[in-house]
Amino acid sequence: MNWTRKHLLGLEELSAEEIVHILDIASGFKEVSTRSIKKVPALNGRTVVNMFFENSTRTNLSFQLAARRLSADLLTFSKSGTSVSKGETLIDTAKNIEAMGVDIMVLRHGAAGAAKHLSENIDCSVVNAGDGQHEHPTQGLLDLYTIREVRGKIAGLKVGIVGDIAHSRVARSNIWGLTKLGAEVMVVGPSTLIPRDIEKMGVTVCTDMDQAIRECDVLNMLRIQFERQDGAPFPSIREYIQLFGVTESRLKQAKPDVTIMHPGPVNRGIELSPEVADGPRSVILRQVTNGLAVRMAVLFLLAGVDG
Amino acid sequence: MSDLIITGGRVIDPAQNIDGEFSVLIRDGLVEFIGAPGEAKAKASADAEKLDATGKIVTPGLIDMHVHFREPGMEAQETIASGAAAAVAGGFSSVACMANTDPALDSAADINFVYQKAAAAGLANVFPVGAITAGREGRELAEMAQMARVGAVGFSDDGVAVPTAGLLRKAMTYAKMLGKPIIEHCEDASLTGEGVMNEGYVSTVLGLPGAPSESEEIIIARDVAIARLTGAHLHVQHVSTAGSLEIIRNAKRQGVRVTCEVCPHHLVLTDESVRGYDPIFKMAPPLRAQADVDACLKGLLDGTIDAIASDHAPHLAEAKEQGFLAAPCGVIGLETMLGILLLKLVHGGKISLLELLPKLTVAPAGILGLGRGVLKPGTPGDVTVIDLDREWVVDPAKFKSKSLNCPFTGWQLKGAAVATVVGGKVAFRDGV
Repeated sequence: MNWTRKHLLGLEELSAEEIVHILDIASGFKEVSTRSIKKVPALNGRTVVNMFFENSTRTNLSFQLAARRLSADLLTFSKSGTSVSKGETLIDTAKNIEAMGVDIMVLRHGAAGAAKHLSENIDCSVVNAGDGQHEHPTQGLLDLYTIREVRGKIAGLKVGIVGDIAHSRVARSNIWGLTKLGAEVMVVGPSTLIPRDIEKMGVTVCTDMDQAIRECDVLNMLRIQFERQDGAPFPSIREYIQLFGVTESRLKQAKPDVTIMHPGPVNRGIELSPEVADGPRSVILRQVTNGLAVRMAVLFLLAGVDG
Repeated sequence: MSDLIITGGRVIDPAQNIDGEFSVLIRDGLVEFIGAPGEAKAKASADAEKLDATGKIVTPGLIDMHVHFREPGMEAQETIASGAAAAVAGGFSSVACMANTDPALDSAADINFVYQKAAAAGLANVFPVGAITAGREGRELAEMAQMARVGAVGFSDDGVAVPTAGLLRKAMTYAKMLGKPIIEHCEDASLTGEGVMNEGYVSTVLGLPGAPSESEEIIIARDVAIARLTGAHLHVQHVSTAGSLEIIRNAKRQGVRVTCEVCPHHLVLTDESVRGYDPIFKMAPPLRAQADVDACLKGLLDGTIDAIASDHAPHLAEAKEQGFLAAPCGVIGLETMLGILLLKLVHGGKISLLELLPKLTVAPAGILGLGRGVLKPGTPGDVTVIDLDREWVVDPAKFKSKSLNCPFTGWQLKGAAVATVVGGKVAFRDGV
């Protein structure tokens, strides 16, 4: 297909065909990383800037490496805090950086809608690397890629997304991507972390982890954040582990070929026991490997679209 | 003797059941006569100022009972003078301004200050609403009697609700003694939490924290109970949910003294507008679902909703540009309210002009005890002339308001005020 999008803001607006195209391009780039010289000249002369307004290790590094392996010039800009202070708005900052001659901006920001806002105010391409609790499309894509690689398909699989659905951008991007590609999605978690009307996104809701383990082909375990500004969403970590933690003994009820995923970083002993996180059903490190290929594909496709 | 004669228009005065082609004579600031053109002409002095309203609607001066003029304290957003200019440009001869200034309007001196500034501006009548609690801090009653004595028309901590039922009971009991309404912004802070928009499917998809309708409804239910207990007059600001209207409808049926208002944006926009994350659509209460919009329209028609008010809330562009989470709540509305209502409700066939006008005249005047909103001889000579067919495009850069935070920018409207008369003085005229 002919790629026409200038920005990657979320999976909600992508068609199934577009998503599959990104995954197919990523397959090609994954092979690059197996070579002894892990670099292609595809983005030679192009400039990518990473603008991270939230702490991030793996996403930031993954985008940096993706840009370098495509031979792009790379700038990185990090500033902690969820909002850019008054007088120096996100757009001001971005325009100053853009004026240096940038082709693609990769933005991580604490405010939902930040990437969209940026895309409407500057000329270069924008990749959303996570905007508040809204979307994290490259994480969604690498999860899709990993499921397709491990299970050979996506359509027809039952995928459980487990944990803090309400506050998770990973959950939203996964739901859009998985449902578009024909998977059956179940969101699983304590009722206080299931957002209003989520069923309308085309998913089922389950608060029984044992049922989810028995029924799902894939379990994508989200990172739990116990402390929240609006108060703890469940009484204690211990109670959360009892209800939703995946341990080896609990996993005995699962389908034998169940796939365990986690976007990281894992709270070991909370979402997953260490044995499960490091066990044979876990594909957590493969997700990280595939993240690089997917991000190369995204940068490559966006760079091919003329402003 | 100073005369103004308004001729040729269709006079609609809902309070007196007047609807016909009449002339209106205003003398020394008061309505002198309404009647046959020949008779009015004979009564008018030879040098009477003339306003030709041929083909237009002539109605009691419109009243917006809920505006924020930001003075004292936030004069970069709006002043009493700029707000009054926006009011008359939008067809409003009178407004009631809220107490959430900095400092809050919580003393007789503050109330006097508003009247002085409004008199100096010499445009619209600006009636101050005093704070219920000192500093709007929700702890102790403000000096309500002192404020009432110098002209506070009601009391409100608008922006927030009175925090506890116990304090509200005291406030209502006291306000009843003074014969003034308690005007409430109904929102439960703990249930709203971090919510920045209506809670529902759209907030879930956008990843923005939502506030449920129940946050509004719980406080309305509480306030109705206290109004029943005290016999005071409760006025509920900016109702926005179907459930709120059910509570108020039932309360009215039971004889509780409750009135309420709705804002134009809650009549024509839904939370779908938030999908672009534009903070221009952030307000409190938030834009709700279509079912709530439908319920508000129904409430207007069946009388559950008494008045329509803009909740004109100016903000600096920089503040609104902070992104949806951080931006302050509120939209301006004085200069679009009439056009929106005429386009979407009257031309849109939802409500007739005869049903609409009371909500903008006699009803708010009655709630606040203004003695206006009617063209009776002896009442203040406030008149609005409306051109139902005037087509125009909303461009906030052309507004008299100092702020630009208008959710209707670019809308093609049909219907506008073409003259606003305040106390017999033509405070605004456009092409007539």
